[in-house]
Amino acid sequence: MSRIARRFASLRQHGRGALIPYVEACDPDYDTSLAILRGMPGAGADLIEVGVPFSDPSADGPTIQKAALRGLKGGSSMKRVLEMVRAFREGDDETPIILMGYTNPIEAYGPERFCVDARKAGVDGLIVVDLPPEESDLLAGPAAAAGLDIIRLVAPTTPDERLPVVFSGASGFVYYVSITGVTGTRTASTDELAQALPRLRKATDLPIAIGFGIRTPELAANAVRVADAAVVASALLNTLETTLDEEGKATSRTVPAVLEQLRGLADAVHAVKK
Amino acid sequence: MSATQTPAGTNSLRSGPDNRGRFGIFGGRFVAETLMPLLAELETAYRATQADPAFRRELDYYLKDYVGRPSPLWFARRMTEELGGARIYMKREELNHTGSHKLNNVMGQILLARRMGRTRIVAETGAGQHGVATATVCALFGMKCAIYMGATDVERQKPNVFRMKLLGAEVVPVTAGAGTLKDAMNEAMRDWVTNVHDTYFLVGTVAGPHPYPEMVRDFQSVIGEETKQQIMEAEGRLPDAIVAAIGGGSNAMGIFHPFLDDPEVKLIGVEAAGCGLDSGLTAASIERGRPGVLHGNRTYLMQDEDGQITEAHSISAGLDYPGVGPEHSWLNDIGRAEYVGATDQDALDAFQLCTRTEGIIPALESAHAIAYAAKIAPDMAKDKILVVNISGRGDKDIFTVAERLGVKL
Ligand SMILES: Cc1ncc(COP(=O)(O)O)c(C=O)c1O
Repeated sequence: MSRIARRFASLRQHGRGALIPYVEACDPDYDTSLAILRGMPGAGADLIEVGVPFSDPSADGPTIQKAALRGLKGGSSMKRVLEMVRAFREGDDETPIILMGYTNPIEAYGPERFCVDARKAGVDGLIVVDLPPEESDLLAGPAAAAGLDIIRLVAPTTPDERLPVVFSGASGFVYYVSITGVTGTRTASTDELAQALPRLRKATDLPIAIGFGIRTPELAANAVRVADAAVVASALLNTLETTLDEEGKATSRTVPAVLEQLRGLADAVHAVKK
Repeated sequence: MSATQTPAGTNSLRSGPDNRGRFGIFGGRFVAETLMPLLAELETAYRATQADPAFRRELDYYLKDYVGRPSPLWFARRMTEELGGARIYMKREELNHTGSHKLNNVMGQILLARRMGRTRIVAETGAGQHGVATATVCALFGMKCAIYMGATDVERQKPNVFRMKLLGAEVVPVTAGAGTLKDAMNEAMRDWVTNVHDTYFLVGTVAGPHPYPEMVRDFQSVIGEETKQQIMEAEGRLPDAIVAAIGGGSNAMGIFHPFLDDPEVKLIGVEAAGCGLDSGLTAASIERGRPGVLHGNRTYLMQDEDGQITEAHSISAGLDYPGVGPEHSWLNDIGRAEYVGATDQDALDAFQLCTRTEGIIPALESAHAIAYAAKIAPDMAKDKILVVNISGRGDKDIFTVAERLGVKL
């Protein structure tokens, strides 16, 4: 069983939903993002998404765009990202790590070598924003061979008859993009979520995470009432941004501020009995 | 599929893309899931118009009476004499309404958007020519219009920004990245994904996810179809070479496509070499890039080792793009078309040459094509025929040119 499957099975057993926070690699520098990553499980993260900075994040809103640019300025590269995951794994063999990013840096690294190296570093799953099922042959073989889960995105615009296409070849969990839009902007209403989830449940047995627009403990709790996990990205990155100094460098407040916010989100998520 | 096979497995080079939207290994549909159903809908709607003679009639009506087609094929006598070689013909796309080839594509897509019941249009623009063309048809049909334009381009293409505003469009400056076309493209895609219920994304070049490269090419192919007929009337034979500038590649694809199966016609795409192909400041994606994935398709891209897209550089805002349409990438790899570079300086020289000898002020984009034509014409025999695509007129560029020539306006 993969780390991701194991984690969801154990959460289910305890009647709990999952909180999945996001950290952008090398934002604003390698050591700070590694410190945040290392602190996340203790602050209540059940799984963690590590963002791979890309120069042209066309599906992301301003917050993640800025984080990606800071990451690139902070020396990120695919090699550095994998190094960071390896460093994290030295102290944590349980918390699943999912890399989230765009196709081109993976293609530039070489899909096969990438999957092998990512697995070796301790990565468990991949979310590739601009790699829909129709193009997934680029990664499907190498990821399966390496034992990496491919987490598929599904959107409000995805019609019922397309769900089987999206979910074929999906593993780990399914990521529901709860709004039509970019990250960190609008929030889906409780009604919208309540309507969307049964439709997805009918088409997949995989756990379902909800992402995009979840910025408060209350919204995170709402999400896990209907789904299995809540993903929080922009809200944490916004907090990180407010702690930076004038030159965009991390300060002594950066790591604690992000982790403290994470704790609040996690408490709310874990208070929901499922 | 290997890069040398024809897309649909037929023996025509004109039958691409395949049903995955691929030209060899290039093209495809690399977008977020939210957009996938919309692209499928767009493709279905586009196929329906292709099969509908009423759509063709409607488009022909607007092309003739609004765009002003056909555009002439002009024999450039004085330039030919001055260069002393091949006979140079100019396809006068700068005479279209709004001053460039962009309106051919925009006219087709706006009619499609209307059929699809969309009420709001978003588009990206570099030089502003595509933005102006889009704002123009939105005015014509009373539709809402948002144009994304890099902040750098807003600065260097002021007349077009003002024009778009007069036409009723909202012009949104994009400050991300270097504030040029690639950043505007990202932002237009973000708008589309946010407003999918009523918005149509009107892509301005032969790039983006399938079916855009195919669709834009089809709408621009009127350039090549007319050229073929006109050169037969004028010379009784096909030209020896066709030269066109490459930004995303739409004016070039439009004039190349009808000639793909005529191997005696050499097809030459001129990329913006900026300060020189090896200066690091260029927009020559095919000559200096590697295949990769950006803006929904796999194609040649300017990128670093890590797959981060690098900024392009060109004096011409319309060519300042680190990618190129996927069909060009394929034509390059199979050797059917040749891709070369012209520098900022070459373009400036050609801009003046064309103006002085023909009384035609070309767009700086088109000046890249003229520059290469002027370079090869003298070495060609006098009975050879060279067609240059004058994709746009240069009024928008006089400020840039004046500045480079040290003239204060
Ligand atoms: C006059 C003109 N020519 C050429 C181009 C480049 O675009 P494409 O390569 O798609 O024809 C532009 C783009 O703005 C343009 O305005």
